[in-house]
Amino acid sequence: MAEAAAHTAPIPMIRLAGIGRRYGTVAPVVALRGIDLEVRAGEWVAVVGASGSGKTTLLNIVGCLDRQSGGTYWFDGIDVAALSDRQRAGLRSRRIGFIFQSFHLLAHRTVLENVMLAEAYARQPRAGRADRARAALAAVDLDSRTDFLPTRLSGGERQRVAIARALLNGPDLLLCDEPTGNLDSVTTDSILELLDGLHRGGLTIITITHDAGVAVRAERQVRLADGQIVGAR
Amino acid sequence: MTVKIARRPPAQDVEPSGMWAHDLLREAVAGLFARPVRMALTVLGTMIGLAALVATLGLSRTAGNQIIARFDELAATEITVSAKPAPEGAPANELPWDGPARIARLNGVVAAGTLSNVDVGEALVAATTIRDPQRRTEFKLAVQAASPSMFTAVRAKLRTGRLPDEGHSKRAERVAVLGPNAAEQLGIAEVGRLPAISIGDEVFLVVGILDSVQRKHALSSAVIIPEGIARRLYHLPAPESVVIETKVGAASLLSRQVPTALRPDNPSGLKVAVPEQPQTLRAGVRSDLDVLFLMLGGVSLLVGAIGIANVTLVSVMERVGEIGLRRALGATRRHIAAQFLLESATMGVLGGIFGASAGMLVVVGVATYQKWTPVIDPIIPLLAPVIGGLVGVLAGAYPALRAARLEPVDALRSGT
Repeated sequence: MAEAAAHTAPIPMIRLAGIGRRYGTVAPVVALRGIDLEVRAGEWVAVVGASGSGKTTLLNIVGCLDRQSGGTYWFDGIDVAALSDRQRAGLRSRRIGFIFQSFHLLAHRTVLENVMLAEAYARQPRAGRADRARAALAAVDLDSRTDFLPTRLSGGERQRVAIARALLNGPDLLLCDEPTGNLDSVTTDSILELLDGLHRGGLTIITITHDAGVAVRAERQVRLADGQIVGAR
Repeated sequence: MTVKIARRPPAQDVEPSGMWAHDLLREAVAGLFARPVRMALTVLGTMIGLAALVATLGLSRTAGNQIIARFDELAATEITVSAKPAPEGAPANELPWDGPARIARLNGVVAAGTLSNVDVGEALVAATTIRDPQRRTEFKLAVQAASPSMFTAVRAKLRTGRLPDEGHSKRAERVAVLGPNAAEQLGIAEVGRLPAISIGDEVFLVVGILDSVQRKHALSSAVIIPEGIARRLYHLPAPESVVIETKVGAASLLSRQVPTALRPDNPSGLKVAVPEQPQTLRAGVRSDLDVLFLMLGGVSLLVGAIGIANVTLVSVMERVGEIGLRRALGATRRHIAAQFLLESATMGVLGGIFGASAGMLVVVGVATYQKWTPVIDPIIPLLAPVIGGLVGVLAGAYPALRAARLEPVDALRSGT
């Protein structure tokens, strides 16, 4: 019976209840207020809004890079506020993948080494690490660029490397911060195709963007303005 | 394209982030070699500091050893025998006048001679009989009586004239040899014109002037007269001491044989002064040198440490974006701090290895040029990388702390 109940009411991957974020104490700046949001496993949600609307702050809290000032955040049923810094880091290394607008690749390391870096903090065995990284690069069609330095890659290729790195540890959640913000339209399409494929494979994705063309690829859109959810569809 | 993603069941126990030690080391080394020129220049600072430390310590050892070696050779081949004061009522313990001849027969003796202070009372020494009220012409100088072989035993070097011989002593001739300082005081520079000096009312012909003495340095400022005249004029009862120069390594054995050779009837009545233990002397001299050079090396090392701290701090500020990325990938504050500490420690260790090598090369080079034997305490070059590593850790502590304190959100905002 319990199993049946669990199937009918699955725990959401992300559940935010009354999340707020203030910066400073004397004249606090309110970045988020009263955010209530649920994201189910396997869902692709786009968070849209103008600059300064609180999109990145929300993503940072969901990605355990920042702590909320108020409210409760459950990740896969776990109250994140109850976790230690090391456990939050553990969540980031094993269960959450990040993709950034500026790629965040280490310029002096090869493509393969950049991808392998993801396993370093997940305490994955060293044996087979290069093979796993190559497989991740093959999944984003970059297996021919393993020994390149990122400086020799195009913007789209760099973002693919970042995606391969984010996927290496088999995360449950992929957080994308303006993933196509630095890319041209053709490259943007290829990256969105890639994300679409990941979504179809069952990966939960949250994308923040102010590009409507990117947002429509998601199953659901959440609109933020002045730190509040002002619309969803 | 469809990518298959494995789903995990929800877990209440969240495993903390972790990192293998070899991964940490790899990241630190990769971080270091990402900017090889800067790293090399930073290592150079520590290297110079530690090279200075190793070189100065090595050179102090080498130079100290050289000084000691020379000193040892002189000190280790000298024995001085004198009579112990006799108990009250007992006959005086006296050295025999033929002591040098007795000792010369012993194996290992190079030269032996008697040397005695002559009590001339309040008599002053003057080079001229004319009393000039404008300048001082009379001096209170020590007067010593010596056997001819004493000059060899103290390694006296003659500047001019000659040394008294057995004949002078046997005939009790009024001749004298002046030490270099005494000659200068008396204003006598050469003996060609047969200069005379007076000791009180007694006149002596100066037959020679010494250039230097390597032993019994008091002779440099003394008037030295033959024993014969000292016995006749000043009633010298017996030689005060016998100075013996031995072959290297013979001093210890001879110091036990000499009393019996001199006074077989009462060897215990004699006192034998043997050379100071060379090891003790060496330790003393080295200690003085080491303190000086350690201070110099320490200052150099401090400069190197400041270099590491500075570069590591700059590196942290330049790599804020990288720190943010690592935190996003699961690095804890401890991982970040450990990586930067390891980077600075690695620079210190490298500086220590290269510095020790350079320092040893300097020591060997200087020693070769000076024709000395290079002496390096083996522990010093081995310790250099350890010291370098410690310096690196200390210098990197503050930058590492700053790196660890960075909030991931702020760090990511700075970009890569």
